[in-house]
Amino acid sequence: MGFFSKLKDLKEGLTKTRKQFVEKIENLVSFTKQIDEDFFEELEEILIQGDVGVNTSMELVEKLRAQVKARKIEDPAELKAVLKELVREILGEETESLNLTGQPLSIFVVVGVNGVGKTTTIGKLAHKLKAEGKKVILAAGDTFRAAAIDQLEIWGNRAGVDVIKHNEGADPAAVAFDAVQAARARKADCLIIDTAGRLHTKTNLMEELKKVRRVIEREIPGAPHEVLLVLDATTGQNAVQQAKIFGQAAGVTGIALTKLDGTAKGGVVISIKAELDVPVKLIGIGEGMEDLRLFDAREYAEALFE
Amino acid sequence: MAVFEGLAEKLQNTFKKLRGKGKLTEADIKEALREVRLALFEADVSFKVVKSFENKIKERCMGREILESLTPGQQVIKIVNDELTELMGGTQSKITIASKPPTVVMLVGLQGAGKTTTAGKLANLLRKQGRRPLLVAGDVYRPAAIKQLQVLGQQLDIPVFSMGDGISPVAIAKGAIEYAQSNGRDLVIIDTAGRLHINEELMDELKNIKAEVKPHEILLVVDAMTGQVAVEVAETFNNQLGVDGVILTKLDGDARGGAALSIKAITGRPIKFAGMGEKLDALEPFYPDRMASRILGMGDVLSLIEKAQASFDAEQAQKLQTKLRNAEFTLEDFLDQMQQMKKMGPLESILEMLPGIGNKQMKEFKEQIDEKEIARTEAIIKSMTPEERRNPAILNGSRKKRIARGSGTKIQEVNRFLKQFEQTRAMMKQFAGMEKKMKKTGGKGFKLPFFGK
Repeated sequence: MGFFSKLKDLKEGLTKTRKQFVEKIENLVSFTKQIDEDFFEELEEILIQGDVGVNTSMELVEKLRAQVKARKIEDPAELKAVLKELVREILGEETESLNLTGQPLSIFVVVGVNGVGKTTTIGKLAHKLKAEGKKVILAAGDTFRAAAIDQLEIWGNRAGVDVIKHNEGADPAAVAFDAVQAARARKADCLIIDTAGRLHTKTNLMEELKKVRRVIEREIPGAPHEVLLVLDATTGQNAVQQAKIFGQAAGVTGIALTKLDGTAKGGVVISIKAELDVPVKLIGIGEGMEDLRLFDAREYAEALFE
Repeated sequence: MAVFEGLAEKLQNTFKKLRGKGKLTEADIKEALREVRLALFEADVSFKVVKSFENKIKERCMGREILESLTPGQQVIKIVNDELTELMGGTQSKITIASKPPTVVMLVGLQGAGKTTTAGKLANLLRKQGRRPLLVAGDVYRPAAIKQLQVLGQQLDIPVFSMGDGISPVAIAKGAIEYAQSNGRDLVIIDTAGRLHINEELMDELKNIKAEVKPHEILLVVDAMTGQVAVEVAETFNNQLGVDGVILTKLDGDARGGAALSIKAITGRPIKFAGMGEKLDALEPFYPDRMASRILGMGDVLSLIEKAQASFDAEQAQKLQTKLRNAEFTLEDFLDQMQQMKKMGPLESILEMLPGIGNKQMKEFKEQIDEKEIARTEAIIKSMTPEERRNPAILNGSRKKRIARGSGTKIQEVNRFLKQFEQTRAMMKQFAGMEKKMKKTGGKGFKLPFFGK
């Protein structure tokens, strides 16, 4: 898929985001005659409204203020480009990739609070990796929620990959252990482990997650190669808290941002990157099997402002 | 979260600068309102709502209340809290019950809000109130959604009506009503597929279900962690379907839950229930006043008090006090106390409910409290024989060795704990003695703060 068609898709997925976010900025810019305090305050509010968060919004506006002063900008119309630059600076320039360098096996663990779309993301990710020629195995580590195992199995069938499972109520660490053995025996390239949704405030459940991690570490040195935190793009400022606490407990290496197709805001991405420096690696921009892609910061900033 | 916890502090600071000025100017109030506004944003209260809310606050702040107050900072917080509480409305955790059964309840919302789990919890709650619920598996899109509801039904022993995923949800809903009528079920709870509010096709499907079964209650299920988009979601669902009430889920997390305020303000519909945990009985009535404090970061004092009341057995407390007075406090009582405390939940979550505890203090507390230490202590006591618990004096070397082995600790730890216990007991004796003396002399009764009445 060429870059432009890819960009087009992403843009379509982000239409809502862009409409809300950029239109407001454009309106502000075109109705403002003079760059003054009121202007900056209003801009800050637009950013907050996009779920960028108070801290990050203030920081962005502060930087913008400095730029205006340094470059002696007087025309508000010029500010859009400067703001885009600043956002891109926060998001970084690199294209993210998934760490598939594990030998003989790369292990991904997928974590997150309830209802963010962990299982669906795993289904899509399995499909994606398989299409790239990898042998993928899934592990049904959500042994808590009713029918979560069935849900993963259906996704496994759709993607055409094996699913390792125990019964409901089983120890997730034991599922992980068995899955590692199975993945080794079947010479898989990548094992993706699902986990039950848990609120980051439940200490005992976070301990359970640590145990899963310990089991994997012991079986394959250097694993897990990715711990992906799935975040729902409709989530507000609590997303930052989630990223922080899951980061401490599970050693999150990247974020998969889901449901970006429906939310009016994409700002939480900027907030998380700015406050925690955890990279967004994957984004879900639709309900289809193909609608999961690698996050490209540059492309994202481009799509956001175009 | 961090920014928000400082609202009280920030307001104090804003006004501190003004001390000695004698009078607050409009600019001072504007500054204070900005802090309030940012705090509300940080709690995910919707932009639109904050704006209109702010005007209300401004009016009251400009009035005499603030200007004449000695503690304007606190006064502003009080006004904000009052207005928030009012905006959140009164308690309304009732479901409209149809005069001619069955009552039909329909759950709608975005993906992942928690509709299916909530359907199970709601059926469970209403069954306790004497209803005979029927769960209807109307989510034909998400893989295994039907199975999920069936499993929940099995766990709760509540029937689940399903026609598989090859048939339209409208037909399923219709079939379910007929089934309920002929099987003596007086409450039908329809689970629907999660959908984006901008997906017209799926919104039409909901409208068709509504037209077909004419539900008495359409409840919008919303994740408490939802950000600014909450308002748009509530608006669309309400305009398209007419929502009768809201269920807020995942409120057991640490989200400030500003979405709750936005939804209430925009739709005018009450929030009826709140999901407070993963267990199937964790659906509670929604308390608007508590939510206001939570959004403001003032701690959930009321919940804490209630929790304590529910966990502590009054009779037991009385017994304990008598024992204390007579200096009969034993290790058994100590264990009892510990278990009562534990019923209230992890210490951390209790601390979180206290007002005035900022992130920094919280961290310090967390460093001091070691939940594992508590577990170890419990293990030590539990490894003792009943006689040893009543009379620790008989503990000799070999007994201690056995206890250490049994509890997975070291003999030094057992010793250390026993020493601490003795010290505590001595202290309690002193306190109890003081109380007796005071009573005798007719002074005001000195009460032990910890053990209550």
